Amino acid sequence: MTSQPATLYQKLVDAHTVEHLDADHVLLYADLHIMNEYTSPQAFSSLHDKQRAVLRPAQQLAVVSHIIPTAPLAVGQRVIGDPASSLLALNLRRNCERHGIRLFDTNDIDQGIEHIIAPEQGLVRPGMVILCGDSHTTTYGALGALGFGVGTSEVEHILATQTLVYRVAQSMRIRIDGQLARGTSVKDLTLYLISRLGAQGARGYAVEFCGSAITALSVEARMTLCNMAVEAGARAALIAPDSATRAYLRSHAAPFQHGDFPALWDELHSDPDAVFDLEHVFDASEVAPYVTWGTSPDQGMPVNARIPGPDSQSANTDPHAPAMVRKALAYMGLQAGEPIMGLPVDRVFIGSCTNSRIEDLRAAAAIIGTHKVAPKVRAMVVPGSGAVRRQAEAEGLADIFIAAGFEWRQPGCSMCLAMNDDVLSPLERCASTTNRNFEGRQGRASRTHLMSPAMAAAAAITGVISDVRTLEHAQ
Amino acid sequence: MSKPTEKLTSIAGLAAPLLIDNLDTDQIMPKQFLRTISKEGLDKGLLYDLRFDGDGQPRTDCILNQPGYEATRILIAGSNFGCGSSREHAVWGLQQFGIAAVIAPSYGEIFYGNALNNRLLPIMLEQAAIDALVAALAQAEQATLEIDLLALTIRAPDGSLTPFTLAPRSRRMLVDGMDMVALTLQSLPQIEVFEQRHVAAQPWMRVL
Repeated sequence: MTSQPATLYQKLVDAHTVEHLDADHVLLYADLHIMNEYTSPQAFSSLHDKQRAVLRPAQQLAVVSHIIPTAPLAVGQRVIGDPASSLLALNLRRNCERHGIRLFDTNDIDQGIEHIIAPEQGLVRPGMVILCGDSHTTTYGALGALGFGVGTSEVEHILATQTLVYRVAQSMRIRIDGQLARGTSVKDLTLYLISRLGAQGARGYAVEFCGSAITALSVEARMTLCNMAVEAGARAALIAPDSATRAYLRSHAAPFQHGDFPALWDELHSDPDAVFDLEHVFDASEVAPYVTWGTSPDQGMPVNARIPGPDSQSANTDPHAPAMVRKALAYMGLQAGEPIMGLPVDRVFIGSCTNSRIEDLRAAAAIIGTHKVAPKVRAMVVPGSGAVRRQAEAEGLADIFIAAGFEWRQPGCSMCLAMNDDVLSPLERCASTTNRNFEGRQGRASRTHLMSPAMAAAAAITGVISDVRTLEHAQ
Repeated sequence: MSKPTEKLTSIAGLAAPLLIDNLDTDQIMPKQFLRTISKEGLDKGLLYDLRFDGDGQPRTDCILNQPGYEATRILIAGSNFGCGSSREHAVWGLQQFGIAAVIAPSYGEIFYGNALNNRLLPIMLEQAAIDALVAALAQAEQATLEIDLLALTIRAPDGSLTPFTLAPRSRRMLVDGMDMVALTLQSLPQIEVFEQRHVAAQPWMRVL
């Protein structure tokens, strides 16, 4: 640790720097490297072609998550029907067996989404550096760990060297004070922040979130926020560990179940005089239930507002912005100036590494209560892991979803990126708790509206995009 | 893809403007092309929904489908090109289509690193300079650019030169095609010294 005032980000980078390579780059050591079935195969192949070994097999973890079918199983084991997807899973298993790597395979009872499993298994701890060939690795900042996504060439580099050639990011602090209002959650705050920052507002930065609104969040809620920081372009997201972090680790990580926490964790915060390259301040009390209207995660709006147009202020100063707004509206089949509330949806998806933890399912179930899914709406819940699924069943949440007419499915990434068979049909409109509303993300010509689990539940039972605050069951 | 031992000092050829901001990697390489354990065959997936309609027919409104543009070597793109998913398949698909360089105001960070690791040249230019290049190409009979990686210049059809910058490390990666893993393995003794100290100080970081 440095003696100069340092940001939390600087402390984490310094503590993992093997060598300084030049003015901008360090050789960064990874405590844990997580792999999935579709961004690792070519890394292993290249490693094998060059007859190189995996340097630290015990610091690798692999998960079958993206291609796995999630259809409800009455009995028996999951079978991946699609031959190409089946090969991806088989290939990962072979690579893990060959190198002695821990794998959460297709029918592991704790299988699920990589970013859900790692924290819930107690594998994410403050002060760590965790890398993964997946952009939502920023999730781990919720526990004060530096996590970020890498490409497949970098996966190979990490396998062979347990390090990454890393360009050190600039630092940004986002302070959020104030209280989230009734009917709003961290997802609304997240969509609000991204719409204010823009899709590249944090590009080049490691973002630290702080303030009373952040302290008030549960660790699971912090994961939602850090998960989507990448949608503002952030290279990493961090929240300094506090008592909530320690309580989470006590219940998830065996070494800490008796509350003996390392003294070094007390240093995992930005020093009072630390200098950030950029600072923003927001007020959580300004946040309304948010939905996206466009095809970029920063194209969001309060649910009770009107859909912006090419000349609206949200089109900011970018000369391309009006054309981008027109393109997004055309793709989404929306008219500027119309309300978004009342817009009929065909599908509802509750899941993804953003919103498939137990708290998300509780929030959705609380809105559903004894209501039914609206006629003509197909709604599904895909829990983030086997553990989340079991807990939701034990708490009676699964019964609420099933009684309402939701499909209660097996864990996986599912329709967040629609790489398995959970795909929207062209022009289908989906209320989705996921992280990306990109063109074609959930299927060709599909129309995604990002929102919170409670808002998605509200859309499911009303059949239209609704303001969760006006529903009977809203807390 | 160039072999690691070949020097890459210049890129010349047809340049196609595709001026869409935030063109994410889901659009550059859609999900259905990711179900593969190899890097091959990704050219057909490149920008699939922009290039093909719902029936798989070429879209006439896509510049890459215009006569001659199947030979595109240089893509001129909008800001935050390659944002979103980390999928390196996006870079492999661009290269297999024949694209050797992208010119954009900014890039998604993971994409930028992926490009360098595959020797796809990601040039960053101010919007005004890009607008000038696009205008010069529109005026020209042959919409070609010549990029010099040693002089760090782009020559437009009218002969004008636009300078660009590239970090010294990035330029070496592109020009020389360094084997990054081999380079880092030279530091293996330092890595081992580091991790002994690291694990002794913070043993809880060994989680498996």
